[in-house]
Amino acid sequence: MKSKDRSITVILVFTPLLVLLAVPAYAMHITEGILPAQWALLWFAVSAPFLFLGLRGLRGQQNPQLMPMVGLVGAAVFIISCMPIPVPAAGTCSHPCGTGIAAIFIGPLLTVVVSSIALLLQALFLAHGGLSTLGANLASMGIAGAFAGYGIFILVRRLTGRWWIAAFLCGLLSDWATYSVTSLQLAAALHGTASFGKFFLTVMLAFVPTQVPLGILEGFLCVGAYRFILTRRPELLKIFAVRKEDL
Amino acid sequence: MKKIWLASEFIILLALGMYIGLRTSDSKWAGVDESVVEKFAIEANRPPHEPLINIEHGDLPLLLFLLAGAAGGFAAGYSFRGLFPPKDKDERLLTGT
Repeated sequence: MKSKDRSITVILVFTPLLVLLAVPAYAMHITEGILPAQWALLWFAVSAPFLFLGLRGLRGQQNPQLMPMVGLVGAAVFIISCMPIPVPAAGTCSHPCGTGIAAIFIGPLLTVVVSSIALLLQALFLAHGGLSTLGANLASMGIAGAFAGYGIFILVRRLTGRWWIAAFLCGLLSDWATYSVTSLQLAAALHGTASFGKFFLTVMLAFVPTQVPLGILEGFLCVGAYRFILTRRPELLKIFAVRKEDL
Repeated sequence: MKKIWLASEFIILLALGMYIGLRTSDSKWAGVDESVVEKFAIEANRPPHEPLINIEHGDLPLLLFLLAGAAGGFAAGYSFRGLFPPKDKDERLLTGT
């Protein structure tokens, strides 16, 4: 099969499969109707430039391995961000985000693109998140998670030279960054007459019992995924790196 | 045969762990969307709206679960195979893997 045909097939298979990939989810996504209109619009405005840049970057790519990689990472982000994991210490469920891992493999801007597709399909077909809160959810999971994870990975890699520390912190901090931004979004929109700072801390502390263990789990997931590709096909890691020496 | 034993042991341990965990815990295992996000939203008089397409009808979520397993595995597997093609038979014989 030609490379172009293969890419088209991947898109054709991947897109409807994402639609069908429905798992009842219990997660951080902000549900439909929770954010007032002005805040929902603001978060759409914040997310739009990242999405635009991501789509432009996707169009400019010539690498034949790009589409399978994006397909694999996109499926992973969709599955991971729909997978409720019970946390016995908290007695609740939540999910990892997968955007830190994704950002290492395909870069943060393409991660924004795959996250937007995943979140849109979840909002439409899984009653998970919402259309009006799509911008806010993309900002927290797609943008904050991806850029925090990617940034920390590059930084720690340069400082320590050890990929496994960098990968672990990437998974851990991308998860925590996502939930911190969700707390910020809720606090900004809902604090009312209460102090913003106090409301923000209250929401964030409410996430702590669930997200601390899940962040650690996501760190280990990130190390495992990175190690797998490093062992099997390390050249894939260099294709999408901003600077080759970082990987 | 060894693999079958290992798989059986894993299934038994998993079932036992789930049984003990669920019997001994009185947690509702609510998601943080319910226990955190919606809790604060309701307190602030911004209760969530019903989703555009509500899937909570009878066994529909179970059907979607089933489709999810099959479809997700296929999507990931299809892409995975493109990135990590299997070694051909001759190569495997040469490398002994």
